[in-house]
Amino acid sequence: MLTKEETYNQLFTMGHTGCSGCAQSMAVKLITEVLGKNTIATSATGCLEVFSTRWPESSWKIPWIHSLFENSAAVASGIEAALKITGKKGGITVLAQGGDGGTADIGLQALSGMFERNHDVLYVCYDNGAYMNTGYQRSGLTPFDAYTTTSPSGKESFGNQRPKKYMPEIAMAHRIPYTAVASAGYPLDLQKKVKKAKSIIGAKYLQVDVPCVPGWKYEPKYSVKLAQLAVQTGLYPLFEAEYDKIISVKKISKKVPVAEYLKLQGRFKHLFRDDAGKAEIEKIQKIADENIEHFGLL
Amino acid sequence: MKKVLEGSMAIAEGVRLAEPHVISAYPITPQTHIVEHLSQMVADGDLKAEFIMVESEHSAASVVLGAGACGVRTYTATAAQGLLYMEEVIYNIAGMRLPVVITVANRAVSAPINIWNDMQDAMAIRDTGAVMLVAENNQEAYDMHLQAFKIAENRDVMLPVVVNVDGFVLTHTFEVVETIDDIEKVRQYLPPINMEYKLDVESPYSFGTLGEPSVYTESRYNLYNAMNYSRNIIIDSAKEFKDMFGRFYGSLTDSYKMDDAQTVIVAMGSVLGTIKDVVDELRESGKKIGVLKIRSFRPFPEEEIVSALKNVKNVIVAEKAICPGKGGILSVEIRDVLYKHKINSVNVNGYTLGLGGRDITPRNIYDLVLRAEKEENVDGEFIGLSQQYL
Repeated sequence: MLTKEETYNQLFTMGHTGCSGCAQSMAVKLITEVLGKNTIATSATGCLEVFSTRWPESSWKIPWIHSLFENSAAVASGIEAALKITGKKGGITVLAQGGDGGTADIGLQALSGMFERNHDVLYVCYDNGAYMNTGYQRSGLTPFDAYTTTSPSGKESFGNQRPKKYMPEIAMAHRIPYTAVASAGYPLDLQKKVKKAKSIIGAKYLQVDVPCVPGWKYEPKYSVKLAQLAVQTGLYPLFEAEYDKIISVKKISKKVPVAEYLKLQGRFKHLFRDDAGKAEIEKIQKIADENIEHFGLL
Repeated sequence: MKKVLEGSMAIAEGVRLAEPHVISAYPITPQTHIVEHLSQMVADGDLKAEFIMVESEHSAASVVLGAGACGVRTYTATAAQGLLYMEEVIYNIAGMRLPVVITVANRAVSAPINIWNDMQDAMAIRDTGAVMLVAENNQEAYDMHLQAFKIAENRDVMLPVVVNVDGFVLTHTFEVVETIDDIEKVRQYLPPINMEYKLDVESPYSFGTLGEPSVYTESRYNLYNAMNYSRNIIIDSAKEFKDMFGRFYGSLTDSYKMDDAQTVIVAMGSVLGTIKDVVDELRESGKKIGVLKIRSFRPFPEEEIVSALKNVKNVIVAEKAICPGKGGILSVEIRDVLYKHKINSVNVNGYTLGLGGRDITPRNIYDLVLRAEKEENVDGEFIGLSQQYL
C-alpha cells in the first residue's frame, strides 16, 4: 500500500485532453504515483503523448520526452546511458512508455534491443488493442474478432482474424529480470507490480490493459468494469514473471462467460446478430478457457 | 604529433579528443572502422564514454537523441542505407534542437547494392535541419570533428552537425595526420557541453510535445533561423581553430587559385584533391582556372558563392549525386543563388560522375574543362557512361 502522500504526488496532472473514462490516463497516474518524482519518462507517439502535451501545456511534472513512434525504448536506453556516465543513475527510474502499436508492432525492434542490452528501464505498454489515437486501426494486439477501421466486420468478415500477439511472452523470451501484466481495473495490483519493477535493476516489461471508450465503443462508466471483466473472463490474464518463469498469476474470483464482456462493447456487436456470430463467441470463449488452463487462473 | 592514420582512425581520434559521453552505433548498413576504433578506446579506458551497440541505425540515432536530451555530449556514425534509416530521427533531433554530431562516410544508396563512395546519401538528408559539413582529406576530417561539436553545442545553434567524409576514399585510406596532443588546449577550444534545457528531475521539462498548427510553423522558423545563424559559428569555429591549432581549410567555402580565374570548378569532398592537381597543371599552361570548395553544404554558403563566382565566365560543378527528374543538386543551387543575385553572365554546367565508387580521374576533370567552355547550362549530365550497359 502507498501512503496518502505518495498517492497525492500528482506527477501526471489534470487538465489533459484525454477522453472521459480514459483508462490509459488512469494507469499513467497510478504508475507515476509509485515511481515518484525521481523519474525520467519517454513516450512513443500515440494517444498519451497527444493528449498530455499540447504545447505550451503539459501534464507531466517529471522530465518527459517524446521522440517518434517506434523509438521509445531506444530513447530510454540513451537516457539511461547518459545517467550512468554522469553518475546520476542511482535513485532515478527511467520509464519508457508506448501504446500497443508503438510497442508490439513498429517499436518491437527497438524494444527487443533495449531488452537484449538489459538497460535499467521500465517499459510500460498501455494496451488498448488498436491504434486508437488515429481512429481505431488494427494492431498486433487487437483481439480476435474485434472490429477496427482496418479490420472491419462485414458480410465476409467478423473483424480481426488473428489473436493478440503474445507480447509478454516475447518479453520473457528475452530473459529480462521482470515481466508483468496488469490492468487498469485492478489499481492495487498494478501499483504493486510497478513498485516491484522499480526495485529491480535491469530491463522490465509491464503491459497494462487499458479500455478505450471511443475505440471499444462503450459508455465511459464501464472502463473499470470492462478492465475487470477482461480479467474475470480469462481473456486478459494478469501475471508476473522473472526471466522466463511465471512466478504469480491473479486468480479469477468468479469466472464470467466472455459474452458478458463482449456485449458491452460496440467493437464486438456484430457477434450478437445471428448464429454465425454465436459460433464466433464460442471461439473467443475457447481463447479464454485456454488462457485459464495455461496460466492456472482458477 | 604526425601519424600515418587511416581516415576512420583519424576520425575516431578526433572524436576521442571531444570526449563524448555517449556513443551509439549499428555495425552494418554500412559502418566504417570509426566505431570499432571508438569501442576499442572505451574498452582500453582511453575514452570514458558509454558505448551502446544497438540493433539498428534508427535506434543508434534514438539513443544519442535520448542521451543528448539529458545534456551530455553524444556521437554516432553511419553511411548510405544506415543514414537513410536514421533520417526520421535526424529530423527529430534537429526539431528538438539537440546537438548530436554524426559522421557520415558518404556512400552510394541501393539499388543496385553498392557499398562504395558517392554523395547521394548526404543529399537525402539535405532538408533535415542538420548542419552539413564536408571534409576534403583525413586531416580536415580529424579537425572538423572538434569544430562540429563546437558548432552543434553553441547555444544559438543547437542543431545536429553531420560531418561528411568520402567513404573508402577517405575512411579506408591512410594519410599523414597531425594529431593534437594537448587535451587541455582541446578543452579550452571545446568547453564542456552546457545545455539550458535538458531532462533533469530537479527541473522537469517536457520535450517533443505536440505542436499544433498555431505553433508548428514558428518552431520550424526558429530552426531555420538557427541554421542561418550557424554560418557565423562555422566561420568563428574555423578561425578559432586556426588561432589555436594553426590549421585552416576555409570557413563555409575555400578558394584555390581563384584570383583571376575565368573558369572555376566547384566541388565537395575528396575529389577536390584530384581537381586541384589538374588545376595546377592547367595553370602552368596558362589557363586562368581555379577551384571553389564547398565546405558547408548546409547552411548553404550563398554570399561566399556569389562573391567568388560573380565575375567568372564558366563554372563547372562536379557532383557525385543526382536528382532524377531534375538533374544536378549542387549545380542547381549554385545557379539559383547567382540568379537570385541577378548575375546572368556566368555559364554554370553541372556534371554527374563518381557514382557508386567509380574513380574520378584527372582525365575526367580535363574533359569537363574542355566541355564546359563549349556547353551551356548542362544540368547534371552523366560523365563516362559505358554504352554496353545502357
